[in-house]
Formats: sequence, C-alpha cells, structure tokens
Amino acid sequence: MLRPEDYLTGEPAWCPGCGNFAIRKALSQALAELSLPPHRVVVCSGIGQAAKMPHYIQSNGFNGLHGRALPAALGIRAANTDLTLIVESGDGDSYGEGGNHFIHNIRRNPNLAHFVHNNQVYGLTKGQASPTSQMGMVTGTQTEGVLAPPLNPLALALVMGAGFVARCFSGEAEHLKETMKAAITFPGYALVDILHPCVSFNKVNTFKWYRDRVFLLDDHDASNWQSALEAARQWGERIPLGIFYRVPRPTFESAVPALQGKPLAGQPFNPASLSRVQEEFL
Amino acid sequence: MEVNVLIGGAAGQGMETVMHMLGKALAREGYLFIATKDYMSRVRGGHNFSRLRIAAERPWSPVDTADILVAMNAETYRLHEKNLGRDGRILFDPARFSLPEEEGRGLPVPFEELAREAGDPIMANSVAVGALWALLDLNLDRLPGIIEESFRGKEEVIRGNIAALEKGYREAASRCENCFAMPPAGTGKLMYIDGNQVLGMAALASGCRFFAAYPMTPATGIMTYLAGKSTAHGLVVEQAEDEIAAINMALGASYGGVRSMTATSGGGFSLMVEGLSLAGMTETPLVVTVAMRPGPATGLPTRTEQGDLDFVLKAGHGEFPRAVLSATTHEDAFFRLNKAFELADRYQAPVLFLSDQNFADTHRSLEPFDFSRLGHNRCLAEAADVEKPYKRYRYREDGISPRLLPGTLPGEVVLVDSDEHDERGNIIEDAKTRRAMMDKRLKKDALLAAEMDEPGVYGPGEGDYLLLGWGSTYGVLREAVDLLGREGLKGTLLHFSDLWPLPKTRLGDLFPRAGKTFCAENNATGQFAALIRRETGLQVDHNILKYDGRPFFPEEIAAEVKKHAAT
Repeated sequence: MLRPEDYLTGEPAWCPGCGNFAIRKALSQALAELSLPPHRVVVCSGIGQAAKMPHYIQSNGFNGLHGRALPAALGIRAANTDLTLIVESGDGDSYGEGGNHFIHNIRRNPNLAHFVHNNQVYGLTKGQASPTSQMGMVTGTQTEGVLAPPLNPLALALVMGAGFVARCFSGEAEHLKETMKAAITFPGYALVDILHPCVSFNKVNTFKWYRDRVFLLDDHDASNWQSALEAARQWGERIPLGIFYRVPRPTFESAVPALQGKPLAGQPFNPASLSRVQEEFL
Repeated sequence: MEVNVLIGGAAGQGMETVMHMLGKALAREGYLFIATKDYMSRVRGGHNFSRLRIAAERPWSPVDTADILVAMNAETYRLHEKNLGRDGRILFDPARFSLPEEEGRGLPVPFEELAREAGDPIMANSVAVGALWALLDLNLDRLPGIIEESFRGKEEVIRGNIAALEKGYREAASRCENCFAMPPAGTGKLMYIDGNQVLGMAALASGCRFFAAYPMTPATGIMTYLAGKSTAHGLVVEQAEDEIAAINMALGASYGGVRSMTATSGGGFSLMVEGLSLAGMTETPLVVTVAMRPGPATGLPTRTEQGDLDFVLKAGHGEFPRAVLSATTHEDAFFRLNKAFELADRYQAPVLFLSDQNFADTHRSLEPFDFSRLGHNRCLAEAADVEKPYKRYRYREDGISPRLLPGTLPGEVVLVDSDEHDERGNIIEDAKTRRAMMDKRLKKDALLAAEMDEPGVYGPGEGDYLLLGWGSTYGVLREAVDLLGREGLKGTLLHFSDLWPLPKTRLGDLFPRAGKTFCAENNATGQFAALIRRETGLQVDHNILKYDGRPFFPEEIAAEVKKHAAT
C-alpha cells in the first residue's frame, strides 16, 4: 500500500506560500490513490519552477530543456509504452518556449498527462510576463504593461482536437487531485491547466484574486465540445474549474504499428538476423 | 578499361527513373560502377545530371570526361558537350533539338516518338534507357524484369515501358553496333545502393528503434529508408515539427531505453545544438547524423561541402565529451555508423556522424555487407548488480556510471537532469559537486580518444608529398594519388574517418617523412588542416580547397599537388 508521503522527496526550493506546494501534494496523493509504484512512473519536465517537480516527487525523472518536455516525453513514450508518463511544466515552458511542441503534441495525442502550473508570470527569471499574463500587467521588461492579449491554452487545445482538457486551481485541493487522477488514467493526451499564485512576482493574480473568481463547473457535459469551448473561453469575473472536455480519440501509441506489442525498450536484438534487408538492393 | 556516361535533363523528365533502371540492371550483371547526382533545388525544370562510371576495377570517383552523353534536352548538350572524350557519342532526341551541323558525334534516337508508338510519350526515358543499353552492347533481357518490379501491378504501364525500351534498344543498335567496349562484369549480383540508404540500413541493423527528424536535404533519404522499414522491423520513425523537437524526442527515447538517432543538415543541426548539450549533460547516448551542404544559412541545398566540421566539433554550450566520425566509403559508412551507436552506448555520450551531399546521393554497386561484424552492446547495468540506492550518476573511476533503464528495477528510479546535479541526478549548485561532475564527464574524452581509428594510409608512407583528407573525399584523393603516380610523383594519402578526438599517431609518424604536405577539403577555410595544427602543431604546406558546392575531381587534386610538390 503506497502512501502519498512515499512520493515526496527532496526539499523544494520554492518560495513559502507558492502554489507549487499544493500541486506537489495533490500529485503525490493522486499517484498513491492510483497505486502507481514510483519506478513505473516518469515525470518529465522542462525548465522553470514547476519543472523542478522531478526532484521533489519520487519517480523516474527527465528534467530536460526549457520548452522541450513534450518532445522528450514523446520519445520516452515510444521507447516504453508501459510507463505512466506525466509532464510537469509551467506556462512559459509549455506555452511560450514550447508553444510549437504544445500544438503538435496535441495532434499526435500520446498517452500522457500534462500538468501546467499556470501562474501567469515568469518565476525563475524573476517576474517577466508569460504568454498567459494579463494585458496591462507591468513588469521589469513590460514597462508599459503587457500589450498582447493572453494565450488561451484550453481553447487552443480544444480547437486542436485535444481529448482531455481541464482547469484546476491550486486552492481547490480535492478537485485538483481528482482531476489529476482522471488525466493520468485518460487514454491519450490530457491537459490540465492549473491556476496558482506566484507569491513573489504576480501581484495582480493573487491567491485571493483566484479564490474570488473560480467556481466548480457543475451540470457540465464533458462530451459536448461546444460547451467545453464556452467554458474554456470564460475568464474574468468568473473563472470555471473542471474537466471541460473528455472524449478519447485514437492515440499515438494505437496508431504506430511498432508500438502494438511489448515495449521497444529491452527487446533482444541480433544485427546478423537482419542481413536479409539487403536483398531489396540486389 | 572503363565507360563513362553523363545523362542530363530537366527536373521532371524522369532522370531518377533512368538512373534507377540503369543502376539496378548494371549491378545485377555484376558491373563495378559509381553513379553521382548533380541536381538543382527545384521539382520541375532546371538542369540535373548524373555521372555513371563503369570500370573493370572498382572506380573510386567519377571523372569529368564522358564517352556517352545522353542529352534529354538541348541544355545538356550545350553544357556538357565539352565533357565528351575523343570518341564520344551524343544520344539525343532530334525532335527536341538539333545538333550544330559540324557536330559529327550525334546519335539521334526519337525518344518521344518511339515512346508515343509504345503508348505514351511520357515513357521517353524508357526509350533512352533502351538506347543506352544498346550502346553499351548489353543484353536486353535484364531490363524488363526491373520495369516489372518498379510498376508491380500496373500491367499496362509495364507493357508500355517494355515496348518503349525495346524500341529504343533496336533503334540505337541499328545505328551504332558495338559502339563501346564494356569492361568485364563480375560474377555475382551486386547491390545498387546510395549513401543515405547505407546509413539508414546501418542504423536499422544497429538496433536503432527510434528515429525522429525534420526533412532536410541531403539527409532526408535516411528517414525515407527507415520509414519504409518501420512497420516490418518495429521501429518508430517520427517526423518532428522542427529539429529541436527531433533531437529532444530522440533523447527521450534513448533515456526510455532504445537506441535512437536523428539526422539533418547544417541548418537543422543549428537548431539541435541545445539538445546536443543536453545529451552531454544528462549522459544520454545519442547518434546525430549531419549530412553537410554548403552554408551559411540555406546555402546551396542540393550541393556538397565539408564546411560544418568546426561547427560539430564545438556545437553546444558548455564543455562535454563527444565523438565525431565520418566515413571514406559506403562500406566504411555502414560499419562506422554502427560504431557510432556502440560508442554512444558505451560512453553514454553524443556521437556525431558527418556525411555530406556527395556521399549521401552517390550510388555504388557493392557486395552485400557482412552483418555479423555489427555490434549491439547496450552496456546497460544488470539489475542484479546495481548498488542500492541506484544513482544514475554514481562516481566510478572511469567516469562511466552504471546505466539503468527506467521501470526495470522495483524500488529504484532513474533521474536525469539538465541542471548540474549530484550522483542521484538531483539539481545542485555547490562548487565541489560541480567540479566532481565535470571531471567525471570529461574523463570520457580520453576513453573516446582510445577508441578512434587511426587514418587509413594509401601509398608507401613517404614520398614527394603527403596528402591529407577526411570523409567522403577518399575516393577522389585515392584516384589523385594514382594519377600522380602514373606521372612519376610518388606520395601517400592519409585519410581520416574518425575525426574527434583526433587520432594523432600516424600523423606524427608520417608528417616528418613527407616532402610537401597537402590537405584537401571541400570547404573554404581548411578546417581540418586547422584542427590538425591546433591539436598537433603540425602545419600543412598547402590547403587544396573547393567550396563551389561541387565535389572534387581527381585531376583537380593532382594538378594542385603537382604545382607545389616540386617547388
């Protein structure tokens, strides 16, 4: 029997009060409740505060380059279809530096859960705007305020055909944990955009700011794409939380012929047995 | 004894088909030949041509002189009539263009008209193949089989093309019986294969199970080959959204447990360099094939250069060990790419394989390779031997930590990190660990150096000159040495396949014994000569450089050596 504390390791270097603590706790609970042993889980990340998660969750970890967690995860997925794969990253990592991969990963639809810690600001580089920062937010590098409207990751994911699209808030612990479990067990790419405060650098979207606005979506049909898009587009005075859309579609793994059998990793191989491949050139 | 053919036409005239049919048929007859391709970066029009050299002994490079010019259009005649040797003939379609009145070497065969008679003027290229086959005085029996294979299931197309072949053959035979004496054929069937196919096959046979790339000339052929094998042989070939994704996918797959590779050209590799650095930091085995073309930027997309040596030697931020290999011949490339996979696994480091357009697109007729010489040593830790807790970066005397695959040992996890890290893979910032980890990784430099093959020696080891080269220029330089020998100038070729860490023993041996020293490279600044100087202090006397996007010819090298060797 695995307990949530079995998944906690290391000493997080996050600021006191950071929303990442709650997300880490929810992840440890989700993994324990799903009884996934640490050696069967890979947490893959890029760079940023959120991307430090592989160091704080007892599991296999691939802490790669900024923005490149999703491509690395696809490779891990191809090599071993038996592992549970989780991508942990922030709004800059996923939607800025890694924006192109975000789009194309949705098309591929590999079986992985993508938890984006979205605090609408850059933390590790100390307070610049992120792709999801509100217009007008003044920072050290956006001295006149953010000029461009924020990227809407959930609407983008829906339009691209993502099969699982959800929004959570780090202050809604139970909902976050349950959504994580649903994302991990969902067959295909599952995006969970997790709103959380950056206590050091985002003085606009504070814990209270989120708390005053978020509400759990009830009576929502997660198989209705149009309703999902409406929920994804709702932002401002009222911000809905929930699994907006959940409709599986064929996965990368189900489409690639080489991935239909046992995992590719660890299969025996003898080069001499391939000598026949030369015949086509004769 | 040899015959040289130059076939030219516009893109879209079916030149590829012509060369495929000829090459396949000649290889099946056992002829030794080399076929190179000169093409423009466009899908229709322009001027493309191929050189085919058939010889009694293995031809090492194409030559500039042709015995037969197959001119599918007027431009081919205009550009290449100067290449014709004394008894050369021009095979052409008189309906397309006329030769000047004084031109006595023409052999008109109405390609399109005969093709129309056979059913469709589009089969003019089959008529041309048939006509050329007759000039080479070869038996027509071999060709129909190849047409049947190419158009399997399309009976009408097969019938039409065979009729077109026969018409071309008969027409040319009636005009020029026994025109050219062919060198003797070998006894068995040979493979007809190009450089990219060799590399693709080597990756497949090395156990590569994941390949991600973004299409880029001249590397795309590797991906095409592997994609064609993916279903039957259980490998994943993923076309990435960009080269950044490609290399990160390949690294993920390698971490996950399979041999993986990516391939690109200089521009794509520019996007990969952060990923290369990640391979160095995370000690993740990875093979990257870089098929060079002339830069900077988009450069000359379909042409050749050896201009990215310096770039791959230093690509990636930070200091980390790597190996850089290249290959002299198709056979060498087959086994050396396997060596790249072996080194990557053994030393948990990135290994770069440098190809170029000249190698990638050159076809040869070759004996099948001996697959039993290929290695597949993954060098993974045995679960039973793993010291617990497992630490991915555990310090060992030789710097090589036991490598475990994620998911294979209950209770133990595998953590890799792009940040500087401790033995467990956790992010650190303290000075002591940083130094220890840098030292650990850099120990691999000496280990890799010990794995490098010394350069091949062609010639007596001394003489009037020492000629240095690397990679795909081997054939040309070897022919240049032969040419010079026939003119009484004796010297030695020292040719490198393994480039980094630079093998130095033979350099040190042969340099003092040489008259003048030369280094021939397909680049503008003499990068390899400079590398030798940096690493050994040895300074070559003359750089022979070519950077117009075209490969060397033996005559060019020989002329340069002659000019300076005597002075």
